[in-house]
Amino acid sequence: MTLTPPVARARHLGMRFGDVAALTDADFTLHRNTIYGLLGRNGAGKTTLMQLLAGHMRPTTGSVEVFGADPYENTAVLQQLCFVADTQRYPDDMRVGHVLASAELLLPLWDREYAERLADKFALPCGRKVKKLSRGMSSALGIVVGLASRAPVTVFDEPYLGLDAVARQMFYDELLLDYAERPRTIVLSTHLIDEAADLLEHILVLDRGHLVVDEDADTLRTRAARATGPADEVARIVGDSTVLHTESLGGIARTTFLRNDPDELPHPSGRVDVQPISLQELVVHLHRTPETVTTNEEASL
Amino acid sequence: MLNDEGKPLFQQIAELIENSIVDGSLAEESQVPSTNELAAFHRINPATAAKGLNALVADGILYKKRGIGMFVTTGARDKLIARRRDRFAQQYVVPLVLEAEKLGIGIDELKSMLDTREHV
Repeated sequence: MTLTPPVARARHLGMRFGDVAALTDADFTLHRNTIYGLLGRNGAGKTTLMQLLAGHMRPTTGSVEVFGADPYENTAVLQQLCFVADTQRYPDDMRVGHVLASAELLLPLWDREYAERLADKFALPCGRKVKKLSRGMSSALGIVVGLASRAPVTVFDEPYLGLDAVARQMFYDELLLDYAERPRTIVLSTHLIDEAADLLEHILVLDRGHLVVDEDADTLRTRAARATGPADEVARIVGDSTVLHTESLGGIARTTFLRNDPDELPHPSGRVDVQPISLQELVVHLHRTPETVTTNEEASL
Repeated sequence: MLNDEGKPLFQQIAELIENSIVDGSLAEESQVPSTNELAAFHRINPATAAKGLNALVADGILYKKRGIGMFVTTGARDKLIARRRDRFAQQYVVPLVLEAEKLGIGIDELKSMLDTREHV
C-alpha cells in the first residue's frame, strides 16, 4: 500500500491522571486522506488519545505533533483540526444556529451551504437551544459540525450516541460521499464496529491504555481466522500464528488466531473448517487475551 | 454482496468486476464504475475501491485513460475465462470428489449423476 504523507505523529505518548495511566507509550503516525478506526473498550484510552491529538491537554510523557507542530493552544494547527466530542458542552443560551455560526468563525474550510443541507437532513431545529436537544439531536449536531468543518484532520469520538440506525447510516453515507469528493484524515472511535468496518482503512486498537493494533484494515481481516476440527489438525493449521482464543470439546478444537504473515494462507484440509472472523469478533478476542498481542508491524521489526 | 469476510475487500471488488466482465455485462472497451461510485454503492472506503481497480490495472484487465476513467482491456474476458478454467478443477471438482468419497459415492455413480444433471 502506498502511504500518504503523515499529518500527525505520536512518540511515546502517555497520559496519567493521578494514579491512572490512561495512555501509555503510544507510537503511531496518522497519514493524509485516510479513515482511521480507533477501537477499544470503555476506558481503553480512546478519548484521551483523541484529546491529546486535538491539543485539549498536554501529555504527561512523550509528544504528539499535528502538521509538524504541537497542537496545544496552537491556532494554526487547531484551524486545521475538528474534534467532535461525544458530549460537547455549550454555553446555556446557545442555539443550534449559534453553534453553526461559531464553527464558521473558527474553521476556515467550513462550508455553510453543506452545513445547512446536513442540518436539514438530520432534521436539526436551528432555533432550538442546544441544552434542549435530545441526545440523538446533539449527536447529529456534532456530526454536522464535524462533516461541514472539512477540516484536514477530523476526529469523531463516538459520534452516534442516541442516534437510531437510520441516522447512523445517514452519517456513514454522508461521510463516505463527502470524503470521496474531499479526502481528508478522519479518526472515528466507535463501539459499533461491524457497522463502520467497511469504511475504515486503518485500524488502531487500544487495550488498557496500550496501542495493541496499528494495521491496515484489509491486512488485519486477512490475518484473522477461526479453525474448527480435530484438535491435532487445527493445531497444524494454526501453526505459529498468534492464538487469540481456543476451546475444545472431546477431540474437536475451535481456535481463533491471527496469522503472522497475511499472504501465507492455511493449507486446506478436508476435516478442518477455516472461517474468517469479523473485525468486531477480532477486537472482542483481542481484549480477552491476557497478554498483549504483538501487532504485525512490531513482529516484522 | 460483499460478504466473503476472509478475503480482503479490495479483492472482492476486483472479483465483482471480473465477474461482470466474464458474464458480459461489462463489455471490452467499456468504462468501469469509478472509485467513488464503487465506494458509494458498496459503502466502502474509496481507497479500498481504488486498490481493487488498481489491482485489475496491474493485471492488464483494465486500463486507465488519463482524466476519463478506467476501461476494460480488449482480450480481458478470454484471459479471465482461461484463468478460471485452470482453477476450476481445484476449486470445484476436488471438493466434489472428496465429499462424494466421504459419503461412499463412487466415481461411476458421480459420473452418472453428472450425466443425468447435465443441464441443471
